Amino acid sequence: MSHLAVPKTYKLYVGGAFARSESGRTYEVLSRKGAFLANAALASRKDARDAVVAARAALAGWSAASGYNRGQVLYRIAELLEGRRNQFIDEVVSTEGATKAAAGKQVDTAIDAWVWYAGWADKYVQVAGNGNPVAGPYFNISTPESTGVVAIVAPQASASLLGLVSVLAPVIVSGNTAVVIANQSAPLTAISLGEVLATSDVPAGVANILTGSPAEIAPWLAAHADVNGLDLAGAGGLDWVALMVSAAETLKRVLAPEEGIPAPSLERIVAFTETKTVWHTKSLR
Amino acid sequence: MGFLEYAPSPESTAILHLKKSYGLFIDGEFRKGHGKAFVTISPSTEERIADIANASEADVDAAVKAARRAYERTWSKLSGADRGKYLFRIARLVQERARELAVAESLDNGKPIKESRDVDVPLVAAWFFYYAGWADKLDYAGLGPAPASLGVAAQVIPWNFPLLMLAWKIAPALAAGNTVVIKPAETTPLSALIFAEILQQAELPPGVVNIITGAGDTGSALVNHPDVNKVAFTGSTEVGRLIAKSTAGSGKKLTLELGGKAANIVFDDAPIEEAIEGIVNGIFFNQGHVCCAGSRLLVQENVHDEVVDRLKTRLSTLRLGDPLDKNTDIGAINSRAQLDRIRELSDIGESEGADRWTAECVIPDKGFWFAPTIFTNVEASHRIAREEIFGPVLSVLTFRTPAEAVAKANNTPYGLSAGIWTDKGSKILAVADQLRAGVVWANTFNRFDPSSPFGGYKESGYGREGGRHGLAAYLQSSGWGAKR
Repeated sequence: MSHLAVPKTYKLYVGGAFARSESGRTYEVLSRKGAFLANAALASRKDARDAVVAARAALAGWSAASGYNRGQVLYRIAELLEGRRNQFIDEVVSTEGATKAAAGKQVDTAIDAWVWYAGWADKYVQVAGNGNPVAGPYFNISTPESTGVVAIVAPQASASLLGLVSVLAPVIVSGNTAVVIANQSAPLTAISLGEVLATSDVPAGVANILTGSPAEIAPWLAAHADVNGLDLAGAGGLDWVALMVSAAETLKRVLAPEEGIPAPSLERIVAFTETKTVWHTKSLR
Repeated sequence: MGFLEYAPSPESTAILHLKKSYGLFIDGEFRKGHGKAFVTISPSTEERIADIANASEADVDAAVKAARRAYERTWSKLSGADRGKYLFRIARLVQERARELAVAESLDNGKPIKESRDVDVPLVAAWFFYYAGWADKLDYAGLGPAPASLGVAAQVIPWNFPLLMLAWKIAPALAAGNTVVIKPAETTPLSALIFAEILQQAELPPGVVNIITGAGDTGSALVNHPDVNKVAFTGSTEVGRLIAKSTAGSGKKLTLELGGKAANIVFDDAPIEEAIEGIVNGIFFNQGHVCCAGSRLLVQENVHDEVVDRLKTRLSTLRLGDPLDKNTDIGAINSRAQLDRIRELSDIGESEGADRWTAECVIPDKGFWFAPTIFTNVEASHRIAREEIFGPVLSVLTFRTPAEAVAKANNTPYGLSAGIWTDKGSKILAVADQLRAGVVWANTFNRFDPSSPFGGYKESGYGREGGRHGLAAYLQSSGWGAKR
């Protein structure tokens, strides 16, 4: 007996919930050959702002969670992604026109990236911080901690799933919360990743995923006073200098656009952390 | 003579050998500037100290060219060990000429000699000594093997710690293998120009450090020069914002150390004597011209009256006057413009409804002075609770619970520093965890050390100065922590 397929409705992932754009707008997602695949939500300025509100609300809890806890949550994402491996391969094949083998490699690399970053959650503080031998009777230690709410333009050129993971994981592993603008032409993996996040103990609001036009949404996020960091990894095709200028108004920490998919690195984690140095007196009195 | 009155004990200026006028220090020698020269005065007497050259855009370009040449031909080819040895030489020369530098600093800046002598200049020597040792150990800085220098660093520094800020900028830049063009503040160029003589004594290769004097437009020409690779700025958040905008997309690596409005939190179980001293040191050190000054005192409500009473008693014993007098606690405000700003904000504090108390002291006839002042009944919305006054003015607010203290402390766009006073260790650590500030002093305040990173969260800027972290501002990582 034949089975008539039940297509999925792709929505935004904001504050742990899947919602249509408040604007009611959608855009067509097409395969490489031009076939209709889905109507994705075309996020608006207000959706972006709602996502920032959700990210800010989630920040206190997530940044205060232990590294051990955050590490387990990120590892759990890898576990669930592994379980949905075939679904993601299908989406990559349909939206990116990749071969099944190439799509499989992309999904596997994305899974491994979550595992790699998960391990950093309770280690980056040790590697990027240190005790300081000050000349005086003081205990003195410098430790990095998360910067706050980080807005991200995910890589746009290729590898929609791996591109998203390569920018999202290093931001949230340290305790930041994120608002990510997904790959515009291949957004389906992003929303499916949202489903993985929603079911893998990532608290609501920690990762918020918007689909739509980076050119339309990014300026609002770059200028938003409640955003602390801006990762322009996938903004090479936009007027990214204008975004940097806009971000300078509130002195956001900014990463410049990168070619291709950013390699996993401790630098990406540390880019959105702040080093805090605590002094205390030593005395026998 | 009462027990608090002391006979004057001025430090002699005979140790200084000042010139009548100073040129720009470019390519290892002093040369004329092409802008309109200006005068640097002593803020305590308003008397002229010397004429100072003003660097025009062409002078800035000449300085950057000299730095580029020195970078390519000399400094980048030198071994780390030899770069370090130059820095060690500089540290020793600063120690040898410490008293002279301290006197010059107090004369030009207005800060008490006990501070320039015991804090500023010793830290300058310590800063060069610390970074000297890093120069041949960059592989261990945590930035991957053989991290690369950036090139020419453009550095602009403020007037509150003229020579110390110069050391914070130059020492890590040179250790990392960069060359430097630095612009001291318009009102405090003197110690930097004496430092230029020290560089000559150290036989530092010409062009490795260039010191150009001038005002804001000189600084702007420097940071916006197309041939600089790194910009480091310490100063106001307003100017920091402009620099972040003008360097956006230029590829210049940028670090900013900007303003602050630090909360100094006093719990009811604090060691009260130490806390009072710490509060005084937190806001009246260097006339409050400190970006990390503890300008917002948050006192637990039940000890508010006791703390304020004790503070007033303590402040009544501070001696305001001649910066060169060894007994002076509070020196001169650095400039007329800064004095005007402090007066303006203090008047606004009164008109917004806060209660003003000013220590009784005799204000000298000449010079720029502002007596230590406390505002009580301050609300979080008052401008004196939100804006950086950069003067000897303390705003006192209250709280009831630790959670309220943290919320009030963090209720600012700034995030440079904070203080915590309590005898309970676990409370210190829990509160320190929640404060959004780059430096947290617990049961102490305003401590600095070259091994200890310093810098802000949020609109207090980004990047760290001091320690291993301070090196990262001047190096290109070679793939630090990349997955291999």
